[in-house]
Amino acid sequence: MSVTHERPLLLGVRHHGPGSARAVRAALERYRPEALLVEGPPEADAVVGIAAQEGLRPPVALLAHAADDPARAAFWPFAEFSPEWVAIRWALGRDVPVRFIDLPAAHTLALPDEADEESGQEAAARVDPLAVLAGAAGHDDPERWWEDVVEHRADGGPDADPLAPFTALAEAMTALRERHADGGHPRDAVREAHMRLRIREAAREHDRTAVVCGAWHVPALAAPATATADRQTLRGLPKVRTEITWVPWTHRRLRRRSGYGAGIDSPGWYRHLFTAPDRPLVRWMTAVAGLLRAEDRQVSSAHVIEAVRLAETLAGMRGRPLAGLAETMDAVRAVMCEGSQLPLALIHDRLVVGDDLGEVPDTAPAVPLARDLARQQRTLRLKPEAAERELDLDLRQGTDAARSRLLHRLALLGIPWGEPVRSRTANTGTFRESWRLRWEPELAVRVAEAGVWGTTVESAATAKAEDTAVAAAQLAEVTALAERCLLAALPDALPTVLRVLTDKAALDADVGHLAQALPALVRSARYGDVRGTDAGALREVAEGIALRICVGLPPACVALDEAGATEMRGHLDAVHSAVGLLAADRPGERWTAVLTSLATRDSTVAGTIRGRAARLLLDEGRFDAAWAARLMGLALSPGSTPRDAAGWLDGFLSGGGVLLVHDGQLLALIDGWLSAVPDEAFTDVLPLVRRTFAEFEPGVRRTVGELVRRGPGAAGPGAAEAYGNGFGEGLDAARADAVLPTLRLLLGTGAQVGLKEGSSA
Amino acid sequence: MSEEALRPHAEDAFAEELKALSAVDDRPRPARWRLSPWAVATYLMGGTLSDGTVISPKYVGPRRIIEVAVSTLATDRALLLLGVPGTAKTWVSEHLAAAVSGDSTLLVQGTAGTPEEAIRYGWNYAHLLAHGPSRAALVPGPVMRAMSGGGIARVEELTRIPADVQDTLITILSEKTLPIAELGEEVMAVRGFNLIATANDRDRGVNDLSSALRRRFNTVVLPLPATVEDEVDIVARRVDQIGRGIELPPVPEGTDEIRRVVTVFRELRDGITADGRTKVKSPSGTLSTAEAISVLTGGLALAAHFGDGVLRPSDVAAGILGAVVRDPAADRVIWLEYLESVVRERDGWKDFYRACREVTG
Repeated sequence: MSVTHERPLLLGVRHHGPGSARAVRAALERYRPEALLVEGPPEADAVVGIAAQEGLRPPVALLAHAADDPARAAFWPFAEFSPEWVAIRWALGRDVPVRFIDLPAAHTLALPDEADEESGQEAAARVDPLAVLAGAAGHDDPERWWEDVVEHRADGGPDADPLAPFTALAEAMTALRERHADGGHPRDAVREAHMRLRIREAAREHDRTAVVCGAWHVPALAAPATATADRQTLRGLPKVRTEITWVPWTHRRLRRRSGYGAGIDSPGWYRHLFTAPDRPLVRWMTAVAGLLRAEDRQVSSAHVIEAVRLAETLAGMRGRPLAGLAETMDAVRAVMCEGSQLPLALIHDRLVVGDDLGEVPDTAPAVPLARDLARQQRTLRLKPEAAERELDLDLRQGTDAARSRLLHRLALLGIPWGEPVRSRTANTGTFRESWRLRWEPELAVRVAEAGVWGTTVESAATAKAEDTAVAAAQLAEVTALAERCLLAALPDALPTVLRVLTDKAALDADVGHLAQALPALVRSARYGDVRGTDAGALREVAEGIALRICVGLPPACVALDEAGATEMRGHLDAVHSAVGLLAADRPGERWTAVLTSLATRDSTVAGTIRGRAARLLLDEGRFDAAWAARLMGLALSPGSTPRDAAGWLDGFLSGGGVLLVHDGQLLALIDGWLSAVPDEAFTDVLPLVRRTFAEFEPGVRRTVGELVRRGPGAAGPGAAEAYGNGFGEGLDAARADAVLPTLRLLLGTGAQVGLKEGSSA
Repeated sequence: MSEEALRPHAEDAFAEELKALSAVDDRPRPARWRLSPWAVATYLMGGTLSDGTVISPKYVGPRRIIEVAVSTLATDRALLLLGVPGTAKTWVSEHLAAAVSGDSTLLVQGTAGTPEEAIRYGWNYAHLLAHGPSRAALVPGPVMRAMSGGGIARVEELTRIPADVQDTLITILSEKTLPIAELGEEVMAVRGFNLIATANDRDRGVNDLSSALRRRFNTVVLPLPATVEDEVDIVARRVDQIGRGIELPPVPEGTDEIRRVVTVFRELRDGITADGRTKVKSPSGTLSTAEAISVLTGGLALAAHFGDGVLRPSDVAAGILGAVVRDPAADRVIWLEYLESVVRERDGWKDFYRACREVTG
C-alpha cells in the first residue's frame, strides 16, 4: 500500500437500511472520495453505468448467472433506500468511478451453494452480529435495536460529524469479530481477501477512496493483511463463465434473502422513512388514512392526530426514541381500525410492504430468461417467426411433449407465442394438441418483463403460477391454474396451487363455485395420468371438494327461483359426470345418497332438480324403472302445481327421450298428466313442456307421437317389445344376433351381451 | 373494606403490589396517576421489581395489548375493550382502574335498562322537594365523581345501553364537561379523568355505538387464549369451580373430553385445524371460551344425572351442536362439513364422531 495515500474510508452499513443510506450520503458529501468501492460482484463494473440512466428505477437487482446454465444465478437487489444504491448514484452523479469489490460471481456461482454447505454444520454457529450487539445493549429484538440506534438516528444537526456513527459501529463490530471470528460464514474469509485486494488496487490509483460494505466486513477490511496472503487465499477457486445484467425487482421480493443475505420485512416503511422530508410519523399516518379512506372507511384528521399521539406515547412507554413500525401499527389498529385486524392486513400489504416495481432500460444486457428461451427454441427446433403457422403436436413423442410444455409455460408467463387451436386433424385425442404460432416483436419485451420471475422458463413459470394462485380471488381461477400447471409440467408449483385450492374450497360457501371447479379438477387428474405426472395430490383435492359438494348441495337446492334451479341442474349434471370420472368409491356412494335424497324431497326443491336427480339415478342403474315411475307419479299427481310438474318432466327428460319410447308406463303417466292439466294452467306449462320435447331428436319425437296416437292400449307391461312406426311386431332374433359380435368388440372381450345367450364363448 | 368480603376490590386485594410498584417507580407519571404507564403495564403483566418484589400477572396474553391500553389512557383518550365473552375484559378494566387511579369502584353497569341518570347524576328527591334544586340535592353518578376527582370511570357492557343513553357520553368525552342544566352549572373534568368501557364485539342485536361516540374511543380487542393449553387450562379450572358450586361430581381425571371440546371450538372459531393443514368454515356463533365452559358443565350434569357419572362424547355432543349451529341452514352445513372432513378422519375420535352424527341427524 502506498504510504502517501490516505487509508480508505470504510462505511459499514446494514443492507437496505434507510438510516444507513442517509448516513452514507452525509459521509460521502463530507469526505468527497475520488473512487467509490461497493460490496458486489466485480463483473457489475461493466453495467454500473446503466444505473445513471433515467430508465433505471429501483427496486432493481444485479443478476449474475452462469452463461450456460441460467438456473445458477445470484441476485443483488437495490432499493431506493439501500445505502449501496445511494452511494452508487452519488458517485455516478459526480463522475466518481464506481467499482464492485466482492468475490467475482464467476467464483461464487462455481462454488457449491453456501446454504447447502452450512446445513452440514451446526446451525448455532451462525452468529447474527446484530442480535449479539442488541443483546449486549439489553434489547431482545435486534431489528428494533438497529432501528433505534442507527436507522432512526435523526440528523445530528450541521455540526455533527457524519463519520462518527461509522466509527462507533466499526468499533462494535471489531469487538464482536474478535469473539466470533467468521461467525459461521466460512466463505467470508475468501470474500474479504478479495475485497482487500481490490481496495489496495484502488488505493494505488486514487488518493481518497470510500468503501460501502456490510458492517460485518469492516473490521476484516481494516485488518492488516499482506497482499501475498490474500492472493494465496484466493488461489485455485473454481470458475465459470458468467453474464451479468440489471433486472427489475419488486418490494415483495426484497423480503426474500438473496445476494446480500438479509431480507427485509417492511420495504415500504423503510422507503417512507428514507423519502419523507420531515415528520415521518405524521406523514405515514396520513398515508394510512388516505388508504383507508380509499377503502371506504371513515377516517378523519382527528383520527390521524390521535394515532400519532398514541404511537408516540407507546414509543415513550417502551423506551424507544422514535415510534417504530410496531408502535405505529398498534396505534393504527386501536385508533383507525377499531381494533380490527382486517384493514391492518391491507395496510401491511399496500404500505408496509408496498407493490413498487422497478424498471430497467432496454440498454441493459438481455435477461437470462431470454437466453434460456433461445436455447430451448434451438433444441426443440421451434424458430420464432413473425409469420403465422400451425403446429400439430403428438404428445406421445418426447420432442413434441417438450414443445407443448414450453408453449404452455410461456402462456403462463404472459408470453402468448402460441395460441391453442382446435386440431385440424379429425382424430382429436388427449394425446394431440394444435397450436397457432406467431412471434410478435413485442413478445421480446414480455420476455424481459417476465425475467423478474426467474432465470429459466421453468423456474419463472413456476414462480408466476404460485404467485397467481396466491393472488387469485375465485376458486375457479385456481382450478384452471392447476390444470395449466399440469399441462405445463410444473410439479413444483403444484403444491402451492393445491394448497390455495384446498383453502379456497374449504372457505367457499357457494356450492355453485365448488361444482364449477370440480370438473376441471377431475379432468386435470386424468390429464396427469396421460402425461405421466403424479396427480395423486390432485385427486385427493378433487375428492375433498366432491365431499364438500355432497354435504352442501342438498341445502343449497332448497327454495331456488327458476333461473337458480336451472343453473343448479347444470351443476348437478357436471358434478355427476365428474364424480363418475373420479371413480372413487366413497364420493360415489355419497353422491348417490345425495341424489336419492334430492329425488325424494318434497316440492321445496325445484321440480327440475328432483326430476334430474331421478333421471341420473335411473341411468346409473341405481333404481329400476318402477321406482322412477313411482316418483314420476308423485311429481305429476294432482297435488303438485302444474308448473312444478312440468319442471320435473323437463329435468327428467332433458338429454334424451328414448326412454319414453321404451317405457310405456312412463309415457302413459305423462300422457295422463298432460291430459288432466286444467285449461288455465295448460297455457302456463305449455312453453315448458314444448321446450322439453323440442330437445328430443326428431326420430324420437316422431316415435313418441306415434305411440301416443295409438293410445294407451299399446303401452302396458311388456312394452319393451312395443313397436314403433314402421317396425314389425316383436323382435327379429336373427337380425339382433348379427350385431352382437361388433357390440362385444366395442364393449371389450368377454363382455356379457346378448338377449338370449347367458354366456358368451 | 371488611375482612369477610367475598371478593375484595382489586386495589385492596393487591394493595401490597401496588405499594411496592409505587416505591420503585421513578418514571414520569401523568397528572393524578398513582403509577407511571410503565408500572401500570408491569402491574398487569407481572414481573419482578428491582427490589425483589414479585408482581403476579393479572392478565395472561400479549404485552402489546396492555401497553396500547395503558398508552391510550395516558394520551387522554377513552379506552374501549372489545372481545368475546370470557376474554377478561372486565378483569382488565378493573385492574387498570385500580392501578391508574387506585379506585376501581366508579362503575356503571350497562344493561338494556340503564337510564341517563346512572351515567350523569340523579336527585335526592326528599332534599329537592324540601329545599329546591341545589348542588346539595344532586346525587352524582360514578362518571361525574370520576370527573371531579380526576379518576378512572368504568362502563361495563357499553353496547347493551340504549343508544340515546350511550350518547350522553359524547359531551363528557369530547368537552370533558358535564352540564347540569337544572342548576345552570357544569362539572368540569380535572386532569386524570378518563373512561374505560367494555363491550362484546360478536354479540349481535345490541345497540351498536354511534360513529360520533366510536371515534372518541381507542379500541383494543382482547384476543382469545393463544394456545390450546391455555384454553384447556382456563376451561378445566372454571368447569371445576362451577361444578362444585352446583354440586356436580368433580371433573374426572384426564381432561380428554375438555380438550376435545376446546379443540373443536378453537378449530371452528379460527377456521383452521389445530395442525394448521386444513381450513374449515367458521359458523355464525361466537364459540367463546365461556360457551365451551357451559357445554362442559351441561355435559357433566347429563353424565351425573342420566349417565354413569363419566363424561362421555355423547354427553357433550348435543351441547356442542347447540353452540355451533345457531343458524339452522348455514351453520348446519358448516358443522357437517367439519364432521365429515375433519372429525371423521381423526384418530381416537370415532366415538365422538358417532355421537355427533347421531344428534346432528
